[in-house]
Amino acid sequence: MLAVSKRCFVFPCSCRAAPPGCGPHTLGRLFSAMTQVVPPILSVTPSRALVDEKFKVLVENLPPGYPVTVRSLHNSEDKHDWEAYGHYVSDHSGVVSVSEDLSYGGTYTGKEPMGLLWSMRPVPGSRPGLRLRKMNVCTPMLVTISVHSGHEGFRDQAPLASVLTERWYMAPGIQRITNNEQGVQGTLFIPPGPGPFPGLLDMWGGGGGLLEYRAALLASHGYVSLALDYLRFDQESENLELKYFETAFNIIKDHPQVMSDRVGIFGLSLGSLVAVTLAAYSTIIKPCCIVCISSNHYYPAQGSTVASRFEGVTRQLYKARVNEDNQVIWKDVGLEFITDPSNIAEVGRINCPTLLVNGCDDQNWPTVETAEDVARLMREAGKEHLLSRLAYPDTGHLIEPPFSPHFRATTFVIHSSKEKVLLLWGGKTKPHSDAQEDSWRKILSFLQFHLYCGPCLKAKI
Amino acid sequence: MDRKQYCVKLSVQPSRGLMDEKFIVLVQNALPGSQLTIRALHQCEDGHSWEAFGHYTADTTGTINVSEDPSIGGTYSGVEQMGLLWSFRPIPGSKSGLRMRKKNIQTPMEVTISVYQGHQTEGFADLVPLSGVAVERWYMAPGVRRIPVTEGGLTAALFLPSGPGPFPGLLDLWGGGGQLVEYRAALLASHGFASMAIDYLTAKITMETGKMVDNQYFETAYRVLQQHPQVCGSKIAMIGLSFGTSITLKMAVYSEVIKLSAAVCISGSHVQPVDGSVEEILRFFQKNGEKTRFSEKNEVIWRDLLLPIPTDPSLKVNVGRLQCPLLLVVGEDDQNWPSQESALDIKEMMARAGNSHLLTVLSYPNAGHLIEPPYTPHARSSTLKTVEIEEKVMCLWGGQTVEHSRAQEDAWKKMVVFLKENLYGGRNPTSFSHL
Repeated sequence: MLAVSKRCFVFPCSCRAAPPGCGPHTLGRLFSAMTQVVPPILSVTPSRALVDEKFKVLVENLPPGYPVTVRSLHNSEDKHDWEAYGHYVSDHSGVVSVSEDLSYGGTYTGKEPMGLLWSMRPVPGSRPGLRLRKMNVCTPMLVTISVHSGHEGFRDQAPLASVLTERWYMAPGIQRITNNEQGVQGTLFIPPGPGPFPGLLDMWGGGGGLLEYRAALLASHGYVSLALDYLRFDQESENLELKYFETAFNIIKDHPQVMSDRVGIFGLSLGSLVAVTLAAYSTIIKPCCIVCISSNHYYPAQGSTVASRFEGVTRQLYKARVNEDNQVIWKDVGLEFITDPSNIAEVGRINCPTLLVNGCDDQNWPTVETAEDVARLMREAGKEHLLSRLAYPDTGHLIEPPFSPHFRATTFVIHSSKEKVLLLWGGKTKPHSDAQEDSWRKILSFLQFHLYCGPCLKAKI
Repeated sequence: MDRKQYCVKLSVQPSRGLMDEKFIVLVQNALPGSQLTIRALHQCEDGHSWEAFGHYTADTTGTINVSEDPSIGGTYSGVEQMGLLWSFRPIPGSKSGLRMRKKNIQTPMEVTISVYQGHQTEGFADLVPLSGVAVERWYMAPGVRRIPVTEGGLTAALFLPSGPGPFPGLLDLWGGGGQLVEYRAALLASHGFASMAIDYLTAKITMETGKMVDNQYFETAYRVLQQHPQVCGSKIAMIGLSFGTSITLKMAVYSEVIKLSAAVCISGSHVQPVDGSVEEILRFFQKNGEKTRFSEKNEVIWRDLLLPIPTDPSLKVNVGRLQCPLLLVVGEDDQNWPSQESALDIKEMMARAGNSHLLTVLSYPNAGHLIEPPYTPHARSSTLKTVEIEEKVMCLWGGQTVEHSRAQEDAWKKMVVFLKENLYGGRNPTSFSHL
């Protein structure tokens, strides 16, 4: 039996006031060694949620004034461990409510109901430059939330309690269909119900590949969404300017469950360049609205492909600055490119509502300057009324769905040279996470307004 | 496509919930002031379809929020956040006497919620909804593990909460219909209790030998639970419904082996031949079989079989000797067992013995016998095949749907708090406010 003094059972209000020998280690062992004493009750509500839904993490049945650490742990698809944690002290009734109480330290501080998700980072000892992205959207992201005794050294012993929570990109009933019709590679997500639904063409950036998670999440909000694989370096001839994207857009538009005059485009980074050029130049398709995150309007030569132009940019990157952490900053190189007006897409030709979202600490592309430029050009063309802008301080390039961890710099493979670099995206975790949450809500609201109850319908009534 | 129609947006949050969690059903972007029907449809494991629906009017912003706005008709009316679940009934044309019970609790109950133009009451299959979503309702929280138990001749299933433990334990017993009914144990494990659902009437050993289990069967279950490395052996409770309460009270008072920290008895009685085996208790009930009554619809009413409450002490569990807290849940319109009369008698016996501080009675007017976890549809009567009789009968359980559903919700909440207080040693009952 442990030799603990009577004072232990009074549970002092902070571990600093605890008598020697009665620190969190001892108390933690008290809980687990004495099978007469049951552990605290930890709950996460809801236990299954979409990735953009909030949860409430509650710890009950602790001793009053007891220091604990609430921790989240996730083992990613590529087998890396990610964690976040906050230090708390229970109230007089033995409760810690992550939604209501302040975290005194950890990977986040203050009152942060979702801090256990957005402040996640690779566990100490992981290799640098990791990024967390779900590839298989048919299964949930599994996160273990646990509560540990004490603050310092909380990892040294087993948790007092833990629960598993599921975070889903796909709502129940969503159909996921691989598309390779008409040479277009992508994945289509269709919401449950009779429809018809508005549609969205969803594109990511220069990293290439097929990322489905945002399209799946958009489908969970009622949009038929096509996640498009377009940066096919090996198939340049098929990715002729605009044609590939127009075909993709029409696949959505012509789908029996899609309202053909309610199809929009959603792009991030290079994807936003595609959105802007389609809206400005396509004579075949007319998007109902476009959302551009970390916007890009660099468009030096017509008739070339997105891939070849992107390669053109990457070939200049030897000029890019590398900081003392060995992180590559592309922003200034990009700024050089876009100062020449002949290298810019004629955004004044855009005729649909446009939402630009960017981070003011974007170190990857001069998105602040781009947004300013787009605003100026659209104003000059009398199209200012179509433009909405969201710009977030201390926010970087990778503005992802809410509660996704923030990546200030991650490894990136440059296709042409096969070189692996550590790319600086920018942003500080807390403001960047706030921006993700705020922008997503506003993006959904923008899409709902234009695609679900847009002016085109009102005009007909 | 008709361009004039608004693109009505329907959402249910959470789209994947536990069976006892509330959800918010929201319709947006409807024509302001339009009449709409929101309908839930579920096809259960045995292939029968169930529906529930409410009639609403969209407000000036074209919105309907089921948790705030009243239904003015359908299978429920008024502001009823969960009406789309608890008012489920078999679709027109279904056979009578159905009861909704999930057997495979490792998969969710799937419900389709749709919104239709106008105030519809029938023919939904021929209508195209404006919008529809799929909703999952789970008995098992993520990380809860199901472990079949066969040691000691048991037919049981243990549900362990996620986490290291140790957890308080729970023995879960259902009634005269027999079978291994797992859903309540699975749901209680989702609340942090290591719960063992036990089949004690149609156990494998009974089916093979033809003999009913003896009292040791329950003591074996208790021991297996107590000795599990993730169970806190000194914190075990028992919960029984209907005939399960007979076992629970008997074990709580008389067993030398079973030492309960708490007991929950739903829709039951303490009337039984004391010291009787399961078989003897069943025969005692059968002896009074001529007291069976029938409703005008020819439904079987069995509540009189145990009435009047005997004065002979050898025919009632001596609840005056109870040493653990007891929660009794009573439906005042119980037509199957005299649970209200029994509760009154239990109260008197305990008052006389001086242990009534252990007793809490939750009594619900117009609630029937089958007080199930919340939002389970109410069955006023259903077909039943018990272990005593060969053919199926239409059994009257009692209860009026609205009050019965409220009783289920209230009783469950209080039951979980009761279990947490007594098994987790809750310091402050109000801290379980998220329920």
